[in-house]
Amino acid sequence: AAAESSDSEEEDLASYGTALHPLQEGDRIKKPVPLQEQTVKDAKGRYQRFHGAFTGGFSAGYFNTVGTKEGWTPSAFVSSRQKRADRTILGPEDFMDEEDLSEFGIAPKDITTTDDFASKAKDRIKEKARQIAGVVAAIPGTTAFDDLIGPSKITIGVELLRKMGWKEGQGIGPRVKRKPRRQKPDPAVKVYGCALPPGLSEGSEDEEDEYQPENVTFAPKDVMPVDLTPKENVHGLGYKGLDPSQALFGVSGREHLNLFTGGSEDTSNLLGDLRHSKGRKLGITGQAFGVGALEEEDDDIYATETLSKYDTVLKDEEPGDGLYGWTAPKQYKSKKRSEREVKYIGKILDGFSLASKSSTPSKIYPPPDLPRNYRPVHYFRPVIAAGNENYHLRKALEESTGKLESDTTQQSRHALNASQRRERLGETGLKGPAPSVLEYLSEKDRERLKEVKQASEQQMKAKILPQQSRNSRFQPASPDDASHKWQMLLGGQLANAGSSDFKPFARNPEKQKRYESFVKSLKQGEKDTLEHYLDPSMTEWERGREQEEFFRAAMFYKSSNSTLSSRFTRAKYEDDVDKVEVPRDQENDIDDKETAVKMKMFGKLTRDKFEWHPEKLLCKRFNVPDPYPDSSIVGLPKVKRDKYSVFNFLTLPEPTTSVTQATNEKIQQNNSLNKAKKPSRWDVSDKEKEKKDSISEFISLARSKADVQQQPPVPATEVCGTGSSETLPTEVTDEDKDQEEESRPSMDLFKAIFVSSSDEKSSSSEEESDEEQQPTTSVIDSETTKQVDLPDSSLSNVQENVVATADPGVSLLPTSKQELDATQEFGPKLPPAFSSGRFCRLLVRKEKHRKNREKHKTKREHKHKKEKKKKHKKQKNKGKHKNKKSEKDSSSDTADSSDSLSDTDTTGLSPKELLRR
Amino acid sequence: MAFPRPRPARPELPQRRVRTLECAQGAVRAVRFNVDGNYCLTCGSDKTLKLWNPHKGTALRTYQGHGYEVLDAAGSFDNSQLCSCGADKTVALWDVATGQVVRKYRGHAGKVNCVQFNEEATIIVSGSIDSTIRCWDCRSRRPDPVQVLDEAKDGVSSVKVSDHEILSGSVDGRVRRYDLRAGQLYSDYIGSPITSVCFSKDGQCALAASLDSTLRLLDKETGELLGEYTGHRSTAYRLDCVLSEQDTHVGSASEDGNVYFWDLVEGSLALSLAVGRGVVQSLAFHPTLPCLLAATEGQVQLWREETFQPEGDAA
Repeated sequence: AAAESSDSEEEDLASYGTALHPLQEGDRIKKPVPLQEQTVKDAKGRYQRFHGAFTGGFSAGYFNTVGTKEGWTPSAFVSSRQKRADRTILGPEDFMDEEDLSEFGIAPKDITTTDDFASKAKDRIKEKARQIAGVVAAIPGTTAFDDLIGPSKITIGVELLRKMGWKEGQGIGPRVKRKPRRQKPDPAVKVYGCALPPGLSEGSEDEEDEYQPENVTFAPKDVMPVDLTPKENVHGLGYKGLDPSQALFGVSGREHLNLFTGGSEDTSNLLGDLRHSKGRKLGITGQAFGVGALEEEDDDIYATETLSKYDTVLKDEEPGDGLYGWTAPKQYKSKKRSEREVKYIGKILDGFSLASKSSTPSKIYPPPDLPRNYRPVHYFRPVIAAGNENYHLRKALEESTGKLESDTTQQSRHALNASQRRERLGETGLKGPAPSVLEYLSEKDRERLKEVKQASEQQMKAKILPQQSRNSRFQPASPDDASHKWQMLLGGQLANAGSSDFKPFARNPEKQKRYESFVKSLKQGEKDTLEHYLDPSMTEWERGREQEEFFRAAMFYKSSNSTLSSRFTRAKYEDDVDKVEVPRDQENDIDDKETAVKMKMFGKLTRDKFEWHPEKLLCKRFNVPDPYPDSSIVGLPKVKRDKYSVFNFLTLPEPTTSVTQATNEKIQQNNSLNKAKKPSRWDVSDKEKEKKDSISEFISLARSKADVQQQPPVPATEVCGTGSSETLPTEVTDEDKDQEEESRPSMDLFKAIFVSSSDEKSSSSEEESDEEQQPTTSVIDSETTKQVDLPDSSLSNVQENVVATADPGVSLLPTSKQELDATQEFGPKLPPAFSSGRFCRLLVRKEKHRKNREKHKTKREHKHKKEKKKKHKKQKNKGKHKNKKSEKDSSSDTADSSDSLSDTDTTGLSPKELLRR
Repeated sequence: MAFPRPRPARPELPQRRVRTLECAQGAVRAVRFNVDGNYCLTCGSDKTLKLWNPHKGTALRTYQGHGYEVLDAAGSFDNSQLCSCGADKTVALWDVATGQVVRKYRGHAGKVNCVQFNEEATIIVSGSIDSTIRCWDCRSRRPDPVQVLDEAKDGVSSVKVSDHEILSGSVDGRVRRYDLRAGQLYSDYIGSPITSVCFSKDGQCALAASLDSTLRLLDKETGELLGEYTGHRSTAYRLDCVLSEQDTHVGSASEDGNVYFWDLVEGSLALSLAVGRGVVQSLAFHPTLPCLLAATEGQVQLWREETFQPEGDAA
């Protein structure tokens, strides 16, 4: 019912307009195009975008290509069978856009005035040619009509001239009465139908003279502009190719082809094409056969045909060369010139004249006279490698060639090394001492290099001396054998060894001296002299070892040093290894301030004032004038300080890599001290002694050898040069010490050892001197001193930590020591580079020294030691403890990391460490 | 003839809790007013930074882009930009309107504790736990800081910037003031790790809060102690200290959940506001009104003076 009612309603409704298409089911209602998708298109439906690249506005195409989305497509293939007829040839215009054909496109199609009508803008030469042509033409002054037709935009100068009576084609100046021209050669033999030889026709105007009346004045000859057409072809000068119109058609009858036109060429050049058509130079027009079909212009159609045009007399042909249309040089046509031209074969080109003086003939150098017995055959002499095998062959060859060549110079150039080449070339060596590359390496790298070296050398040695390899470590090879074999090994390589730079034993000057003399002797080829240089006080075993060491050092030096050293150069600006940049002004002692703060005396006491240089840009950004406009410093001014000053390193982490001469000296000093006085037993901890049992086997082995080795200053130094046997002997000495110290515990000796060893262990050596003056007190001091910690960086737990490890002054007791060991073993962080075992060992062995050092290292502020001690005492009284332990950690970390390196060098490795290895 | 000036009204302190913003962004590490005090920023431990109208209690925008908790923030003088820093070692420059990170400055080696714009928002000064203060250029695209102030021996906990000075407090117990105009660095030793520093409004004094539960007012020029304020507890947290809008009072957060105000001159405890049970982490005092924002745990409380009538309530 409801549907019916709706139907009836619809019928009642009157509809206006066109109904919308009823929506089909499934059809989506079209959404209005969103704004960003609405685009502007041109008439052809192409997107219009501003582009600006070529046509200064809209895009020239679809994304810079042709105007379709698909890009360029060739016009669809059309079968030529049906549509052959209406196949069109496409021109470039067919591929052009509409815009290109418009007024400002590249090929405008609108009507514009062409060059001919644009008057002034004409080509100057063409203009001139036209003028001349006008004058020369059959009806003189025809060009005037052109001027009448064309828009007269003639320059004012020309207009003025015209008003003064000048006509185009005339020269400028007073009119002259021209003399009758030079005599014509022979009017009687005038030839009709043929052009006069060019040499005779001097110019168009000359020809006119024929008809000139006596009483007429002429305007001066117009100046012929210079022909400026550039030569663009590769033909010879003056050459003109065969012109078919000349060679084949009508002209041929009356004019010889004239590829090299003569003196009158100047006009013809200007006239260009005009010349052949209407540029008739002669008044005579002879045309026997009418106008050719291909003749462009036929102005001569109505030429009168007179008898005079025809030959009336039989005579020889005018000297044409008969080369119709060909480009061969012509014979001379002009007799007048002939006397001049005898000298020069060929024609003188237009614009050239024959030189009056002949140029000097170029010198000819005859080839050298060949010797009478010269055979023009080269044979190659075979190159004989300098070897022993083909010695005979070489000798024979040398004899045959008659000269003996020294085999040293006979080496092929590829076999030379850089220095040899340099010598041969006579070049100077690198400036400055060629330094050993090793100097540039860090200690660690050196160590590593050395190890590699050792490994390879031992392999080599094993090959060479299989029979000795088993016990060569402890048995000295007989010097003769050794030197011999090494000399063989080194061969000529020893050339540079032992030069001043390489000091493998720099730590031990005596040894170094011995080494140098040894190398010298080795160079000279002496074999037995080694014995002289070795220390006579040494045992045989030691000597053997040292000798081997020397050999290795020499070898090592040769192979790595000399080859590489020439490739490196010393830094121009030496960077200060010993110096570090440190802020010039340090915030001075905290302790003073601490007290001031306690007393609430803020102000001068607590204030530090520094010169501070802000960055220029920072000042600019802050809108503040630069307080130090001239300075280049940024931040706090810095000064260079000695690197190995403890005042610098109290805060800075100690570099582990560099060990300088200073420390080396210290170590040596230490060694000598060790030599003089036996170490005390207190140097060795109980733990270590306990360990001895477990390693007794090893020790017994070592001891047997160590007895022989008295106190060689070796361990520190041998590291550098040799190293295969490095580890063992050093341990031996260590054990040696241990043994001896048990027997002789003397207190003053202890003191001395203690002082020196504490010294040795800090690579920052100098500053310890203060401490050394009062070693005993400081031991006690360090344990009992209470220190105020600097605030910890972690805010959350800055709490006062009292460390209960206060060690009584009687810390020499073994029991307490062990306790301390235990605490320290777990407490400190391990330096990353070293194994825990090593670290523990160090802790054990050096605990006393550390106690000493701790006190100094922990201080973060730089200050003088003695002042510090005072402060310590002060604070002790106040009894403020803080977090001492963590301090120890941080300080001992740095100390140990540097120490352990030097330690391995100096004192060798402890048995405990060996065990852990 | 001039009338005698009316006696200035007795400065009031915020005493009434007007509003509590539940920030819902984890712990609120810092709360900061913008330059005119109409808006505030809260730095959350959930890596977000939020912009609020604290007076109406509306959250306006959330800025996400930090990689770890946000520790401090500041707004530029024209309110067009924000800078923030966080535990992700970066300093970020934000566009307020778009909410995008305009620039991120990486270079600090540790958590960045504090950040400040300079007056013209051309430089961001940030202090970090790596004991450096870095000055970042907002104008150029330079990734490196303009200058690194590495004089501190320990982490920098607080930085403030005036027109020509950078004031910093660091855990090594020193308050350093870099004077760009004079080219001087003044370093005042306090002893205890500094948690917060601020300039007084007149620019003559510097207030330093330290972990010995003391606030010290120092004369900027000489470094003399002008006042000492104790009574709160500050031993472990990086707590803020503030000066009231007229420099009449000194305020500090405390670990006992209160905010304490002292009379600046007398040094006597004037007021203590019970904010919450937890530690009051951050404080911000309105630049012109007696109005305080205190952040504790996950919320921020707005405190006004006693006489304050909220507009919304009145209507």
